[in-house]
Amino acid sequence: MAKGILVFAEVKDGKVKNVAFEMLSAGRKIAGQTGDELAAVLIGKGVAGLAGSLAEYGADKIYVAEDDKLAQYTTDAYSKVLADLIKETDPATVLLGCTVLGRDLAAKTAQKVKAGLLSDCIAIDVEGGGLVFTRPVYSGKALLKAGVPESSPAMATIRPNVLTAEPAAGKGEVVNYAVNLDASDLRQVIKDVILQVSSRPELTEANVIVSGGRGVKGPEGFKVLEDLADVLGGAVGASRACVDAGWIGQNLQVGQTGKVVSPTLYFACGISGAIQHMAGMSSSKCIVAINKDEEAAIFKAADYGIVGDLFEVVPILTEEIKKVIAK
Amino acid sequence: MNIAVLLKQTFDTEAKIEIAGGAINKKGVGLIINPYDEYAVEEALKLKEKNGGEVTIISAGADTPDAMRQALAMGADKAISVEDPALAGGDEYTTAVVLAKAVSTIPYDLVLAGWREGSAQVAVRVAEELGLPHINVVTKLDIDGGKATATRDIEGGNEIVEVPVPAVITAQKGLNEPRYPSMKGIMQAKKKPIQKLSLGDLGLSADQVAAKVKVQSYFLPSAKAAGKIIGGEAPQAAAELARLLREEANAI
Ligand SMILES: Cc1cc2nc3c(=O)[nH]c(=O)nc-3n(C[C@H](O)[C@H](O)[C@H](O)COP(=O)(O)OP(=O)(O)OC[C@H]3O[C@@H](n4cnc5c(N)ncnc54)[C@H](O)[C@@H]3O)c2cc1C
Ligand SMILES: Nc1ncnc2c1ncn2[C@@H]1O[C@H](COP(=O)(O)O)[C@@H](O)[C@H]1O
Repeated sequence: MAKGILVFAEVKDGKVKNVAFEMLSAGRKIAGQTGDELAAVLIGKGVAGLAGSLAEYGADKIYVAEDDKLAQYTTDAYSKVLADLIKETDPATVLLGCTVLGRDLAAKTAQKVKAGLLSDCIAIDVEGGGLVFTRPVYSGKALLKAGVPESSPAMATIRPNVLTAEPAAGKGEVVNYAVNLDASDLRQVIKDVILQVSSRPELTEANVIVSGGRGVKGPEGFKVLEDLADVLGGAVGASRACVDAGWIGQNLQVGQTGKVVSPTLYFACGISGAIQHMAGMSSSKCIVAINKDEEAAIFKAADYGIVGDLFEVVPILTEEIKKVIAK
Repeated sequence: MNIAVLLKQTFDTEAKIEIAGGAINKKGVGLIINPYDEYAVEEALKLKEKNGGEVTIISAGADTPDAMRQALAMGADKAISVEDPALAGGDEYTTAVVLAKAVSTIPYDLVLAGWREGSAQVAVRVAEELGLPHINVVTKLDIDGGKATATRDIEGGNEIVEVPVPAVITAQKGLNEPRYPSMKGIMQAKKKPIQKLSLGDLGLSADQVAAKVKVQSYFLPSAKAAGKIIGGEAPQAAAELARLLREEANAI
């Protein structure tokens, strides 16, 4: 009988991504109800030192899979390791963060172990002894509740920033997991990696996002938004209108065909609130809209709104927020 | 070079979603070609123009052939539509097993798909089912000397990945600009073949493709309480907003 929860701990820039801690915290609560063991897995090279941080968030057992061939993520190598581990340890549930990497790895691994996979979940509940996952469908216009009883393991990717990470010590037993990879497993060759240097956090992980739409009028218009974002340690995002106009990179687009984000605080500045934009940000905890047009649809989604010119309002708001933060 | 393109129809995003009896009411909902799949079709056509070969559109469980006709009108050569009552309760596993079998009925050098419609699973699962490598979220693709070299989106940037072909490539926005079907294309599409296959035709039984995921219910998100519009001149409004974000929303 499959038993226990396994959390894949994604590592970026030598650190475990926050979504792993969020999943461990949720896993801890589930384990409290079901008596399951909560395990985590680290895959990579030079990642063993991160096991302690996983124990702090509740992992009873931490599998460490280290190998030179895992220094860079490739789907083939990582999915082989994860699928092998699943086959050997037979967990009932496997959780991954719904990041670009997590989505890729989850789908490949799920097919390797013939598992059902629920993508982009925003809640996990224990119902009738089994786990039930909630995920948005149709661009967030509806929600779906589903379980994976027919599959062992039940797999899910969890949207970052929707569950809360809370430290709670687990047993933290570290198990070195022997990796079994040969050349035929490694068909993907990484030729080059081009990273945009940015001092701001990644959109999907940011606590605060300041987004601009066509109302910013041009690439220079983003300056006032960047100033606000920097005061709050936030990220800058954009509507597709700005991306299509070439004012800002595609990687910063929020929406149905861009990133899905759920920060604590989302500022929509000069954004009309098209359904395709809302699909990417409606699960934000607090939404602020700043728009000249009081009829703009974005005000219906917003918790707070100011009807006005963003070029006038945003710089003053930045100063006012500085004052509040300084208190 | 023969290319299979996995194509799906999707709800028009403007469509109003209604729920009846715990399920989505599909009546009267407009369907469009999944935008990512349009990039996949365009890329296939460009590769065909360069290298020759055939482009085959493959779809599973699609209840309307409009998206297929559109792809044929853009210039694809033929289509395969797997239609079977057993697909109605299917999940991504079901779809992937069926699509992989359907792809195997034709000669292919490359499989193109959209990077996501709903869950970003199906194309990757198809790759695994066919024993092929894949590259996901691709914004640039070159096929040369038995290799596919692609630029793909990763967090915070891009990477360039190489795999041997055949392979599965999933298209991200930016890969190309999909063409509009020409009048001539639309006329020709009417004569292009759409082959209909059942599970049995593919040598599959309903059991073999049974869903792993069990849907419990669909529901609508709870309506959001009306937000506060903060009035007054910009300086007062901004100061009030900053105060509310701290004291009421606990957001800063
Ligand atoms: C298949 C498909 C997928 C799509 N995917 C996405 C997606 O992922 N993300 C996305 O964002 N869109 C997406 N779109 C596009 C979407 O439909 C809208 O066209 C887009 O979101 C509009 O962007 P916008 O709000 O910036 O521009 P507009 O709709 O033009 O709105 C600009 C707003 O700025 C306000 N404004 C102007 N000047 C000022 C000022 N000085 N101060 C304050 N306010 C000002 C105006 O009142 C207006 O409300 C998609 C569309 C399709 C068809
Ligand atoms: N029923 C289907 N028929 C054909 N292709 C599909 C189907 N479902 C998914 N796909 C392909 O797989 C991609 C990813 O879909 P999804 O996993 O649903 O997000 C889509 O963009 C299509 O290319």
